[in-house]
Amino acid sequence: MKVTLLTGRTLRQGQGKEYGKLSERYLKSVAVCEMDPDDMKRLGIRENENVKIATNYGSVVVKAVKSLRAPHPSAVFVPYGPWISLVMSSKTHGTGMPSLKGVTAEVNPAPTEPVLSLPELLKRHFKKE
Amino acid sequence: MPIISNVTCPVCGSLCDDIEILVENNKVVKVKNACGLGESKFLNYNGHRLRKPLIRKNGELVEASIKEAIRRSAEILADAAYPILYGWSNTSCEAIRVGLELAEEIGGVIDNTSTVCHGPSVLSIQDVGYSTCTLGQIRHRADLVIYWGSNPWSAHPRHIERYTAFTQGRFQASIWYRYLAHLSAYRARRRLLRALKLSSVREAPTIEAEAGLPPTLFRKERKMIVVDVRRTRTADIADYFLQVEPNKDYEVLEALRALIRDEEIDMDTVAGVPVETLEELADVMIGCKFGVLFFGVGLTMSMGKLRNIDTAICMVRDLNRYTKFIIMPMRGHFNVTGSNVVSTWQTGYPYAVDFSHGYPRYNPGETSVVDILARGESDASLIVASDPVAHFPKAAVENLVRNPVIVIDPEPTPTTLMADVVFPSSFVGIETEGTAYRMDHVPLPLKKIVEPPSGCLSDMEILQRILAEVRKIKRETAEVA
Ligand code: SF4
Repeated sequence: MKVTLLTGRTLRQGQGKEYGKLSERYLKSVAVCEMDPDDMKRLGIRENENVKIATNYGSVVVKAVKSLRAPHPSAVFVPYGPWISLVMSSKTHGTGMPSLKGVTAEVNPAPTEPVLSLPELLKRHFKKE
Repeated sequence: MPIISNVTCPVCGSLCDDIEILVENNKVVKVKNACGLGESKFLNYNGHRLRKPLIRKNGELVEASIKEAIRRSAEILADAAYPILYGWSNTSCEAIRVGLELAEEIGGVIDNTSTVCHGPSVLSIQDVGYSTCTLGQIRHRADLVIYWGSNPWSAHPRHIERYTAFTQGRFQASIWYRYLAHLSAYRARRRLLRALKLSSVREAPTIEAEAGLPPTLFRKERKMIVVDVRRTRTADIADYFLQVEPNKDYEVLEALRALIRDEEIDMDTVAGVPVETLEELADVMIGCKFGVLFFGVGLTMSMGKLRNIDTAICMVRDLNRYTKFIIMPMRGHFNVTGSNVVSTWQTGYPYAVDFSHGYPRYNPGETSVVDILARGESDASLIVASDPVAHFPKAAVENLVRNPVIVIDPEPTPTTLMADVVFPSSFVGIETEGTAYRMDHVPLPLKKIVEPPSGCLSDMEILQRILAEVRKIKRETAEVA
């Protein structure tokens, strides 16, 4: 399903961060995709099932959660963090700042793919000699 | 037991300086007045920290002495042709000053996190200027508070309570009671809707059924409006929430400008908002005595970027023909304003300063870190109190970690995991004192309330030692040559 991807800060992400970026709590607070419940129904996804977010620049698997701020059809919200950064473009259009809000993306169910932990994610995507 | 009062909270740009902290045996045991973010930092900062310097050897990070780590970092930086020095918004002004000296010494590019949050705001303020004031003025006098593309409930939790709508100002009363009434009405309506949905009634009315602005907006008292692309928590407590379609803030701002100048708009809706609503909104803005527009990264990060801020500032300028109106960016990290300020005193430019020619040069889009990384030009980096591996786009991170990375941070982060040298530092504002700038450019002292663990130096000391070592290496090579 085509969606507009919004990113931002949440209170839980801010608190999760203070428990340490390598903590379970941080993962639970940022590796999520807040979706409109009607969109979830349409895709046949239930709360806490995995979804894959893909853009022209990459893809990542996170957990779908029901948005408490619905209705916002075909817009999804993901807190800032290493997971969602993987699908962002590094083009800044001459301003120094990449576009992190209002990106076009594709969200689909991904029942067989896991949400990677932070060390796994770094290993999978970035090489360090 | 010592209670330390008037502590400044080193978390967000609101820099609340009324925190009270109870310390027992060099440990924070109780925090008063802070919000959820502030409190969890004070109580949990020590639970997951780095204690020993680390150096990457044969692909693994291993413990090292501080001397060894300083030497290794100095070698990396002295060798590099185009190093980047990035971060700075979570440290003290004193540390930033040393960072600038180091950048000049090694001919690097020094950039702070505003490059990826309010950089566009800075650019447009340089283009068109802006009218602003301190938060104290707003607290006592503002009768119209607008948050645009910003969600203080989550990102600056005490902003509303301390500086705007819910604070008891000298000339403006708090409106929290209205919020309570509003909230219970909202809850009741939700409950009713749910009941209707469950019962056999087919077409349940939607919450958005009401048209026009609520009557409270036309009262004389203080009022609060939120404009955003989604209904945030902050929107729930506002007197009015204006939802615009994603990436269309520019259109709405321009439409409002036209309406403020009494021009006609030849359309029914703009970005999903009926023009009548915008007309009423323009009236409310013109009709206030002292309005303030706080804008967040919702404006700077979406389509249009600095042009959105340009029009927002121009709208405020137009409004000043009729009333007093000011505009202020909602700065995120506690000292991101300080990193702009210190950089401006020392180099003339607020961020993205390139010393590779021997003098400061500034051209965001070219000398800003994300662009340098995306082009793959840098050959080493020093990251201070920041986590670019978690927050930069993938292509930029790939080029960052390909080259040597030195990190100074009290905590393990994705960036420290990918680093070559890691320095554990002390927490500024908890274990080290310093100065930070609030979002309205008021400098506030950060306190030292507990002793850091042994071996954890402050960011400033680590930077000073790296700088001294770099100078030593340079002298040595000069003597050999
Ligand atoms: S609003 Fe910001 S500065 Fe104030 S207590 Fe909360 S996190 Fe700290």
